[in-house]
Amino acid sequence: MKSAAFEYARASSVAEVCDWLRDGDDDIKLIAGGQSLVPMMAMRLTRPARLIDINEIDALKFVAVEKDAVRTGACTRQCVIANDNSLAKAVPLIRQALEWVGHVQTRNRGTIGGSLAHADPAAELPLVAQILNAQLVLRSFAGTRTVAANDFFEGPLATATRADECLEEIRWPVWNETRTGSAFTEVSRRHGDFALVAAAAQVSLDAGGKCTRASFGLAGGGYIPMTFPKLAARLLGTILDDEVVQSVVNDAAAEFDPGGDLHANAEYRRQLAAVLATRMLRAACEDARKRR
Amino acid sequence: MNEKLYPVTVEVNGKPRSTQVPARLSLVDWLREELRLTGTHVGCEHGICGACSIMLDGEPVRSCLMFAVQADGHKITTVEGLGGTDGKLSVLQDSFCEAHGLQCGYCTPGMLIASQALLNTTPDPSEAQIRDAIGGNLCRCTGYRQIVDAVKLAATRLAAQKK
Ligand code: FES
Ligand code: FES
Repeated sequence: MKSAAFEYARASSVAEVCDWLRDGDDDIKLIAGGQSLVPMMAMRLTRPARLIDINEIDALKFVAVEKDAVRTGACTRQCVIANDNSLAKAVPLIRQALEWVGHVQTRNRGTIGGSLAHADPAAELPLVAQILNAQLVLRSFAGTRTVAANDFFEGPLATATRADECLEEIRWPVWNETRTGSAFTEVSRRHGDFALVAAAAQVSLDAGGKCTRASFGLAGGGYIPMTFPKLAARLLGTILDDEVVQSVVNDAAAEFDPGGDLHANAEYRRQLAAVLATRMLRAACEDARKRR
Repeated sequence: MNEKLYPVTVEVNGKPRSTQVPARLSLVDWLREELRLTGTHVGCEHGICGACSIMLDGEPVRSCLMFAVQADGHKITTVEGLGGTDGKLSVLQDSFCEAHGLQCGYCTPGMLIASQALLNTTPDPSEAQIRDAIGGNLCRCTGYRQIVDAVKLAATRLAAQKK
Protein backbone atom coordinates (compact mmCIF):
# COMPACT_ATOMS: atom_id res chain seq x y z
CA MET A 1 0.00 0.00 0.00
CA LYS A 2 2.85 2.39 -0.73
CA SER A 3 3.30 4.22 -3.99
CA ALA A 4 6.08 3.29 -6.34
CA ALA A 5 8.91 5.81 -6.54
CA PHE A 6 8.41 8.93 -8.62
CA GLU A 7 9.92 12.34 -9.13
CA TYR A 8 8.11 15.36 -7.78
CA ALA A 9 7.83 18.91 -9.01
CA ARG A 10 5.73 21.69 -7.56
CA ALA A 11 4.40 24.03 -10.22
CA SER A 12 3.96 27.71 -9.52
CA SER A 13 2.09 28.60 -12.71
CA VAL A 14 0.04 26.98 -15.44
CA ALA A 15 2.67 28.06 -17.97
CA GLU A 16 5.21 26.05 -16.04
CA VAL A 17 2.93 23.00 -16.06
CA CYS A 18 2.44 23.30 -19.82
CA ASP A 19 6.16 23.55 -20.29
CA TRP A 20 6.74 20.33 -18.39
CA LEU A 21 3.94 18.60 -20.30
CA ARG A 22 5.23 19.84 -23.63
CA ASP A 23 6.53 16.49 -24.87
CA GLY A 24 3.20 14.82 -24.14
CA ASP A 25 4.93 12.26 -21.95
CA ASP A 26 2.39 9.68 -20.70
CA ASP A 27 4.46 8.98 -17.60
CA ILE A 28 3.75 12.40 -16.15
CA LYS A 29 0.70 12.89 -13.98
CA LEU A 30 -0.75 16.07 -12.55
CA ILE A 31 -1.82 15.91 -8.93
CA ALA A 32 -4.56 18.18 -7.64
CA GLY A 33 -6.41 17.09 -4.47
CA GLY A 34 -5.11 13.56 -4.90
CA GLN A 35 -8.21 11.99 -3.35
CA SER A 36 -8.49 9.47 -6.20
CA LEU A 37 -4.97 9.54 -7.60
CA VAL A 38 -3.13 8.80 -4.35
CA PRO A 39 -5.18 5.65 -3.55
CA MET A 40 -4.60 4.47 -7.12
CA MET A 41 -0.88 5.04 -6.70
CA ALA A 42 -0.90 3.31 -3.31
CA MET A 43 -2.55 0.29 -4.90
CA ARG A 44 -0.10 0.59 -7.78
CA LEU A 45 -2.91 0.79 -10.29
CA THR A 46 -0.97 3.71 -11.67
CA ARG A 47 2.76 4.42 -11.37
CA PRO A 48 3.65 7.80 -12.82
CA ALA A 49 7.35 8.46 -13.24
CA ARG A 50 6.82 12.10 -12.43
CA LEU A 51 4.18 13.94 -10.47
CA ILE A 52 3.49 17.61 -11.06
CA ASP A 53 1.78 19.22 -8.10
CA ILE A 54 -0.67 21.96 -9.13
CA ASN A 55 -1.98 22.60 -5.61
CA GLU A 56 0.02 25.78 -5.09
CA ILE A 57 -1.09 27.53 -8.28
CA ASP A 58 -3.34 30.33 -7.03
CA ALA A 59 -4.45 31.23 -10.56
CA LEU A 60 -6.28 27.88 -10.71
CA LYS A 61 -8.38 28.67 -7.64
CA PHE A 62 -11.30 30.98 -8.22
CA VAL A 63 -15.05 31.23 -8.60
CA ALA A 64 -16.41 33.94 -10.91
CA VAL A 65 -20.16 34.25 -11.28
CA GLU A 66 -21.07 35.86 -14.58
CA LYS A 67 -24.38 36.35 -16.30
CA ASP A 68 -24.32 33.32 -18.58
CA ALA A 69 -21.82 31.10 -16.83
CA VAL A 70 -20.08 30.44 -13.55
CA ARG A 71 -16.36 30.06 -14.11
CA THR A 72 -14.40 27.93 -11.68
CA GLY A 73 -10.66 27.41 -11.58
CA ALA A 74 -9.77 23.74 -11.96
CA CYS A 75 -7.94 23.53 -8.63
CA THR A 76 -10.70 25.13 -6.56
CA ARG A 77 -11.44 22.88 -3.59
CA GLN A 78 -14.82 21.17 -3.47
CA CYS A 79 -15.46 22.67 -0.01
CA VAL A 80 -14.94 26.19 -1.39
CA ILE A 81 -17.34 25.49 -4.25
CA ALA A 82 -19.92 23.99 -1.88
CA ASN A 83 -19.81 27.00 0.44
CA ASP A 84 -20.06 29.66 -2.25
CA ASN A 85 -23.55 31.13 -2.00
CA SER A 86 -23.50 33.16 -5.19
CA LEU A 87 -22.40 30.08 -7.12
CA ALA A 88 -25.18 28.07 -5.48
CA LYS A 89 -27.68 30.70 -6.53
CA ALA A 90 -26.53 30.73 -10.15
CA VAL A 91 -26.05 26.97 -10.59
CA PRO A 92 -27.75 25.21 -7.64
CA LEU A 93 -27.16 21.77 -9.11
CA ILE A 94 -23.45 21.93 -8.24
CA ARG A 95 -24.09 22.33 -4.51
CA GLN A 96 -26.88 19.75 -4.66
CA ALA A 97 -24.40 17.28 -6.16
CA LEU A 98 -21.59 18.11 -3.73
CA GLU A 99 -23.79 17.07 -0.83
CA TRP A 100 -23.20 13.54 -2.08
CA VAL A 101 -19.46 13.85 -2.72
CA GLY A 102 -17.17 12.21 -0.18
CA HIS A 103 -16.75 13.63 3.32
CA VAL A 104 -15.53 16.83 4.93
CA GLN A 105 -11.93 15.63 4.89
CA THR A 106 -11.98 14.66 1.22
CA ARG A 107 -13.88 17.79 0.09
CA ASN A 108 -11.34 19.98 1.89
CA ARG A 109 -8.68 18.60 -0.40
CA GLY A 110 -10.55 17.34 -3.47
CA THR A 111 -10.93 19.80 -6.34
CA ILE A 112 -13.65 20.44 -8.87
CA GLY A 113 -11.32 19.99 -11.84
CA GLY A 114 -9.70 16.89 -10.39
CA SER A 115 -13.04 15.15 -10.18
CA LEU A 116 -13.78 15.93 -13.84
CA ALA A 117 -10.30 15.07 -15.10
CA HIS A 118 -10.38 11.77 -13.20
CA ALA A 119 -13.74 10.96 -14.83
CA ASP A 120 -14.98 8.17 -12.61
CA PRO A 121 -18.24 7.00 -14.22
CA ALA A 122 -19.94 6.87 -10.80
CA ALA A 123 -18.79 10.31 -9.63
CA GLU A 124 -21.25 13.15 -9.08
CA LEU A 125 -19.54 16.20 -10.60
CA PRO A 126 -19.00 14.65 -14.05
CA LEU A 127 -22.75 13.95 -14.16
CA VAL A 128 -23.51 17.61 -13.44
CA ALA A 129 -21.02 18.64 -16.12
CA GLN A 130 -22.78 16.35 -18.60
CA ILE A 131 -26.28 17.59 -17.74
CA LEU A 132 -25.34 21.25 -18.04
CA ASN A 133 -22.85 20.56 -20.83
CA ALA A 134 -20.18 22.51 -18.98
CA GLN A 135 -17.32 23.89 -21.04
CA LEU A 136 -13.84 22.73 -20.10
CA VAL A 137 -10.86 24.91 -20.89
CA LEU A 138 -7.71 22.89 -21.58
CA ARG A 139 -4.34 24.57 -21.84
CA SER A 140 -1.17 23.36 -23.49
CA PHE A 141 2.03 25.15 -24.48
CA ALA A 142 0.37 25.84 -27.84
CA GLY A 143 -2.62 27.64 -26.35
CA THR A 144 -6.06 26.83 -25.03
CA ARG A 145 -9.06 25.00 -26.43
CA THR A 146 -12.51 24.57 -25.02
CA VAL A 147 -14.16 21.16 -25.01
CA ALA A 148 -17.82 20.65 -24.18
CA ALA A 149 -18.45 18.14 -21.41
CA ASN A 150 -20.54 16.10 -23.84
CA ASP A 151 -17.35 15.54 -25.87
CA PHE A 152 -14.99 15.42 -22.91
CA PHE A 153 -15.91 12.13 -21.25
CA GLU A 154 -14.74 9.20 -23.37
CA GLY A 155 -14.91 6.25 -21.01
CA PRO A 156 -14.14 5.17 -17.44
CA LEU A 157 -11.20 7.35 -16.32
CA ALA A 158 -10.73 8.48 -19.92
CA THR A 159 -11.24 12.00 -21.23
CA ALA A 160 -10.41 14.12 -24.26
CA THR A 161 -7.50 15.71 -22.38
CA ARG A 162 -4.27 15.19 -24.34
CA ALA A 163 -1.06 14.25 -22.55
CA ASP A 164 0.29 17.77 -23.11
CA GLU A 165 -2.79 19.49 -21.67
CA CYS A 166 -3.87 20.70 -18.26
CA LEU A 167 -7.48 21.41 -17.31
CA GLU A 168 -7.51 25.07 -16.42
CA GLU A 169 -11.08 26.23 -16.00
CA ILE A 170 -14.65 24.93 -16.06
CA ARG A 171 -17.53 27.09 -17.25
CA TRP A 172 -20.91 26.06 -15.91
CA PRO A 173 -23.79 27.45 -17.98
CA VAL A 174 -26.36 29.50 -16.04
CA TRP A 175 -29.99 29.03 -17.04
CA ASN A 176 -31.40 32.52 -16.79
CA GLU A 177 -35.07 31.47 -17.10
CA THR A 178 -36.79 32.69 -13.91
CA ARG A 179 -38.56 29.47 -13.14
CA THR A 180 -35.67 27.03 -13.21
CA GLY A 181 -35.35 24.16 -10.78
CA SER A 182 -32.93 21.31 -10.25
CA ALA A 183 -32.44 18.21 -8.14
CA PHE A 184 -29.77 15.57 -7.53
CA THR A 185 -29.96 12.22 -5.76
CA GLU A 186 -28.20 8.92 -5.59
CA VAL A 187 -28.23 5.53 -4.00
CA SER A 188 -24.95 4.24 -2.62
CA ARG A 189 -23.94 1.66 -0.05
CA ARG A 190 -22.77 4.30 2.40
CA HIS A 191 -23.25 8.06 2.26
CA GLY A 192 -20.19 9.59 0.64
CA ASP A 193 -19.36 6.54 -1.44
CA PHE A 194 -19.55 6.48 -5.18
CA ALA A 195 -23.07 6.05 -6.46
CA LEU A 196 -24.62 2.74 -7.46
CA VAL A 197 -26.84 5.02 -9.48
CA ALA A 198 -27.01 8.81 -9.43
CA ALA A 199 -29.68 10.85 -11.16
CA ALA A 200 -30.14 14.58 -11.61
CA ALA A 201 -32.33 16.94 -13.57
CA GLN A 202 -32.76 20.60 -14.34
CA VAL A 203 -35.90 22.12 -15.91
CA SER A 204 -37.35 25.54 -16.71
CA LEU A 205 -41.05 26.27 -16.81
CA ASP A 206 -42.98 29.14 -18.37
CA ALA A 207 -45.66 31.10 -16.51
CA GLY A 208 -48.26 28.49 -17.46
CA GLY A 209 -46.14 25.66 -16.05
CA LYS A 210 -45.07 24.31 -19.44
CA CYS A 211 -41.54 23.05 -19.76
CA THR A 212 -39.32 25.32 -21.87
CA ARG A 213 -35.98 23.72 -21.17
CA ALA A 214 -34.95 20.37 -19.71
CA SER A 215 -31.91 18.25 -19.15
CA PHE A 216 -31.38 15.15 -17.07
CA GLY A 217 -28.83 12.41 -16.67
CA LEU A 218 -27.75 9.19 -15.01
CA ALA A 219 -24.45 7.90 -13.69
CA GLY A 220 -23.10 4.90 -11.83
CA GLY A 221 -21.44 1.70 -12.87
CA GLY A 222 -21.76 2.49 -16.55
CA TYR A 223 -19.27 3.65 -19.10
CA ILE A 224 -19.59 7.40 -18.67
CA PRO A 225 -22.16 9.63 -16.96
CA MET A 226 -24.99 9.96 -19.44
CA THR A 227 -27.30 12.73 -20.46
CA PHE A 228 -30.19 12.37 -22.89
CA PRO A 229 -30.74 15.53 -24.97
CA LYS A 230 -33.04 13.83 -27.50
CA LEU A 231 -35.25 12.35 -24.81
CA ALA A 232 -35.25 15.60 -22.83
CA ALA A 233 -36.52 17.39 -25.95
CA ARG A 234 -39.72 15.33 -25.69
CA LEU A 235 -40.44 17.06 -22.39
CA LEU A 236 -40.56 20.52 -23.95
CA GLY A 237 -44.01 22.09 -24.19
CA THR A 238 -45.48 19.55 -21.76
CA ILE A 239 -46.45 20.18 -18.15
CA LEU A 240 -44.22 17.24 -17.21
CA ASP A 241 -47.21 15.08 -16.49
CA ASP A 242 -46.64 11.55 -15.24
CA GLU A 243 -47.26 9.98 -18.61
CA VAL A 244 -44.62 11.89 -20.55
CA VAL A 245 -42.08 11.69 -17.73
CA GLN A 246 -42.63 7.94 -17.44
CA SER A 247 -42.15 7.29 -21.13
CA VAL A 248 -39.04 9.48 -21.38
CA VAL A 249 -37.50 7.95 -18.28
CA ASN A 250 -38.19 4.40 -19.42
CA ASP A 251 -36.41 5.09 -22.68
CA ALA A 252 -33.49 6.63 -20.80
CA ALA A 253 -33.22 3.63 -18.48
CA ALA A 254 -33.19 1.34 -21.49
CA GLU A 255 -30.33 3.35 -23.05
CA PHE A 256 -28.46 3.51 -19.75
CA ASP A 257 -26.03 0.64 -19.72
CA PRO A 258 -25.00 0.38 -16.10
CA GLY A 259 -23.30 -2.99 -16.06
CA GLY A 260 -23.35 -5.05 -12.89
CA ASP A 261 -20.81 -5.80 -10.22
CA LEU A 262 -20.49 -7.19 -6.73
CA HIS A 263 -22.48 -4.27 -5.29
CA ALA A 264 -25.50 -4.31 -7.58
CA ASN A 265 -26.43 -6.15 -10.73
CA ALA A 266 -27.33 -4.39 -13.97
CA GLU A 267 -31.04 -5.13 -13.69
CA TYR A 268 -31.29 -3.55 -10.27
CA ARG A 269 -29.31 -0.54 -11.42
CA ARG A 270 -31.53 -0.03 -14.45
CA GLN A 271 -34.65 -0.22 -12.29
CA LEU A 272 -33.08 2.23 -9.86
CA ALA A 273 -32.17 4.55 -12.73
CA ALA A 274 -35.80 4.78 -13.86
CA VAL A 275 -37.07 5.38 -10.34
CA LEU A 276 -34.48 8.01 -9.47
CA ALA A 277 -34.72 9.85 -12.80
CA THR A 278 -38.50 10.09 -12.41
CA ARG A 279 -38.13 11.45 -8.91
CA MET A 280 -35.53 14.00 -9.97
CA LEU A 281 -37.58 15.30 -12.89
CA ARG A 282 -40.52 15.73 -10.53
CA ALA A 283 -38.35 17.34 -7.85
CA ALA A 284 -36.75 19.74 -10.35
CA CYS A 285 -40.22 20.66 -11.57
CA GLU A 286 -41.41 21.30 -7.98
CA ASP A 287 -38.32 23.39 -7.36
CA ALA A 288 -38.98 25.43 -10.52
CA ARG A 289 -42.60 26.05 -9.53
CA LYS A 290 -41.47 27.60 -6.26
CA ARG A 291 -39.42 30.26 -8.07
CA ARG A 292 -41.07 33.24 -9.64
CA MET B 1 17.43 1.96 -4.03
CA ASN B 2 18.70 5.48 -4.31
CA GLU B 3 15.73 7.78 -4.30
CA LYS B 4 15.96 11.49 -4.74
CA LEU B 5 15.27 13.45 -1.56
CA TYR B 6 13.29 16.67 -1.35
CA PRO B 7 13.62 19.29 1.38
CA VAL B 8 10.48 20.09 3.34
CA THR B 9 9.73 22.51 6.14
CA VAL B 10 6.40 22.07 7.85
CA GLU B 11 5.02 23.64 11.01
CA VAL B 12 3.79 20.72 13.07
CA ASN B 13 1.82 21.54 16.23
CA GLY B 14 3.40 24.97 16.30
CA LYS B 15 7.01 23.83 15.79
CA PRO B 16 8.86 24.13 12.49
CA ARG B 17 10.23 20.75 11.34
CA SER B 18 12.62 20.41 8.44
CA THR B 19 13.83 17.26 6.76
CA GLN B 20 14.51 15.60 3.46
CA VAL B 21 11.98 13.10 2.19
CA PRO B 22 11.57 10.82 -0.79
CA ALA B 23 8.63 12.03 -2.90
CA ARG B 24 6.57 8.90 -2.31
CA LEU B 25 6.65 9.11 1.48
CA SER B 26 3.09 9.73 2.64
CA LEU B 27 2.45 12.51 5.10
CA VAL B 28 1.15 10.07 7.72
CA ASP B 29 4.26 7.90 7.46
CA TRP B 30 6.45 10.96 7.86
CA LEU B 31 4.54 12.09 10.94
CA ARG B 32 4.59 8.67 12.55
CA GLU B 33 7.90 7.22 11.52
CA GLU B 34 10.19 10.19 11.33
CA LEU B 35 8.66 12.67 13.77
CA ARG B 36 7.45 9.79 15.99
CA LEU B 37 4.07 11.47 16.34
CA THR B 38 2.31 8.15 16.54
CA GLY B 39 -0.95 9.61 17.81
CA THR B 40 -2.15 9.85 14.21
CA HIS B 41 -3.17 6.35 13.21
CA VAL B 42 -3.01 4.68 9.87
CA GLY B 43 -5.71 2.20 9.01
CA CYS B 44 -6.45 1.68 5.36
CA GLU B 45 -3.80 3.85 3.66
CA HIS B 46 -6.18 4.70 0.86
CA GLY B 47 -8.60 7.29 2.13
CA ILE B 48 -11.46 5.18 3.47
CA CYS B 49 -11.21 4.98 7.26
CA GLY B 50 -10.31 8.50 8.43
CA ALA B 51 -7.96 7.29 11.19
CA CYS B 52 -5.15 9.38 9.70
CA SER B 53 -7.08 12.69 9.81
CA ILE B 54 -5.01 15.76 10.65
CA MET B 55 -5.58 19.46 10.22
CA LEU B 56 -3.81 21.09 7.31
CA ASP B 57 -3.88 24.88 7.67
CA GLY B 58 -6.77 24.39 10.11
CA GLU B 59 -8.93 22.12 7.93
CA PRO B 60 -9.29 18.38 8.47
CA VAL B 61 -7.79 16.24 5.70
CA ARG B 62 -6.59 12.65 5.35
CA SER B 63 -2.84 12.46 5.80
CA CYS B 64 -2.55 9.15 3.93
CA LEU B 65 -3.74 10.94 0.78
CA MET B 66 -0.94 13.49 0.78
CA PHE B 67 2.74 13.06 0.22
CA ALA B 68 4.94 14.66 2.88
CA VAL B 69 6.65 16.75 0.23
CA GLN B 70 3.30 18.38 -0.58
CA ALA B 71 3.02 19.73 2.96
CA ASP B 72 6.09 21.93 2.49
CA GLY B 73 5.29 25.44 3.71
CA HIS B 74 2.03 24.44 5.41
CA LYS B 75 0.84 24.16 9.01
CA ILE B 76 -0.27 20.87 10.49
CA THR B 77 -2.05 20.00 13.71
CA THR B 78 -2.07 16.37 14.77
CA VAL B 79 -3.95 14.86 17.68
CA GLU B 80 -0.87 15.58 19.84
CA GLY B 81 -1.49 19.26 19.20
CA LEU B 82 -5.07 19.29 20.51
CA GLY B 83 -4.26 19.12 24.23
CA GLY B 84 -2.41 21.68 26.32
CA THR B 85 1.39 21.88 26.22
CA ASP B 86 1.31 20.76 29.86
CA GLY B 87 0.02 17.38 28.69
CA LYS B 88 -3.52 18.12 29.83
CA LEU B 89 -6.37 16.78 27.73
CA SER B 90 -8.47 19.22 25.75
CA VAL B 91 -12.13 19.62 26.66
CA LEU B 92 -13.06 17.45 23.67
CA GLN B 93 -10.54 14.75 24.58
CA ASP B 94 -11.76 14.71 28.16
CA SER B 95 -15.36 14.49 26.96
CA PHE B 96 -14.45 11.41 24.90
CA CYS B 97 -13.22 9.75 28.11
CA GLU B 98 -16.22 10.93 30.08
CA ALA B 99 -18.83 9.77 27.54
CA HIS B 100 -17.00 6.53 26.64
CA GLY B 101 -16.39 7.83 23.13
CA LEU B 102 -13.64 5.28 22.61
CA GLN B 103 -13.03 1.61 23.17
CA CYS B 104 -9.98 0.28 21.33
CA GLY B 105 -8.96 3.81 20.40
CA TYR B 106 -7.94 3.09 16.85
CA CYS B 107 -10.32 5.57 15.26
CA THR B 108 -10.02 8.11 18.09
CA PRO B 109 -7.35 10.48 16.72
CA GLY B 110 -9.33 10.84 13.50
CA MET B 111 -12.60 11.29 15.40
CA LEU B 112 -11.02 13.96 17.60
CA ILE B 113 -9.63 15.89 14.64
CA ALA B 114 -12.92 15.68 12.74
CA SER B 115 -15.03 16.75 15.69
CA GLN B 116 -12.62 19.46 16.82
CA ALA B 117 -12.78 20.91 13.30
CA LEU B 118 -16.57 20.91 13.58
CA LEU B 119 -16.56 22.64 16.98
CA ASN B 120 -14.14 25.28 15.68
CA THR B 121 -16.72 26.49 13.18
CA THR B 122 -19.96 25.25 14.76
CA PRO B 123 -19.90 25.67 18.55
CA ASP B 124 -23.43 24.31 19.00
CA PRO B 125 -23.76 21.48 16.48
CA SER B 126 -26.93 19.47 15.93
CA GLU B 127 -26.80 15.69 16.02
CA ALA B 128 -27.03 15.64 12.21
CA GLN B 129 -24.10 18.02 11.91
CA ILE B 130 -22.02 15.87 14.26
CA ARG B 131 -22.84 12.71 12.34
CA ASP B 132 -22.00 14.45 9.08
CA ALA B 133 -18.68 15.71 10.44
CA ILE B 134 -17.58 12.22 11.53
CA GLY B 135 -19.20 10.56 8.50
CA GLY B 136 -15.81 9.97 6.90
CA ASN B 137 -14.41 8.19 9.97
CA LEU B 138 -14.99 4.52 10.63
CA CYS B 139 -15.29 3.11 14.13
CA ARG B 140 -15.64 -0.63 14.58
CA CYS B 141 -16.24 -0.53 18.34
CA THR B 142 -18.55 2.12 19.67
CA GLY B 143 -21.45 2.10 17.24
CA TYR B 144 -20.89 5.88 17.09
CA ARG B 145 -23.54 6.69 19.72
CA GLN B 146 -21.05 7.53 22.49
CA ILE B 147 -18.88 9.48 20.07
CA VAL B 148 -21.83 11.70 19.19
CA ASP B 149 -22.57 12.07 22.93
CA ALA B 150 -18.94 13.01 23.58
CA VAL B 151 -19.01 15.77 20.98
CA LYS B 152 -22.28 17.10 22.40
CA LEU B 153 -20.83 17.04 25.91
CA ALA B 154 -17.75 18.93 24.71
CA ALA B 155 -19.93 21.56 23.04
CA THR B 156 -21.91 22.08 26.26
CA ARG B 157 -18.74 22.31 28.35
CA LEU B 158 -17.07 24.73 25.96
CA ALA B 159 -20.17 26.93 25.96
CA ALA B 160 -20.21 26.94 29.77
CA GLN B 161 -16.52 27.91 29.83
CA LYS B 162 -17.20 30.93 27.67
CA LYS B 163 -19.82 32.30 30.07
S1 FES C 1 -5.44 5.62 6.77
FE1 FES C 1 -6.01 7.44 5.82
S2 FES C 1 -8.12 7.20 5.51
FE2 FES C 1 -7.53 5.28 6.30
S1 FES D 1 -12.93 2.83 19.33
FE1 FES D 1 -12.26 1.08 18.29
S2 FES D 1 -12.46 1.68 16.23
FE2 FES D 1 -13.40 3.30 17.27
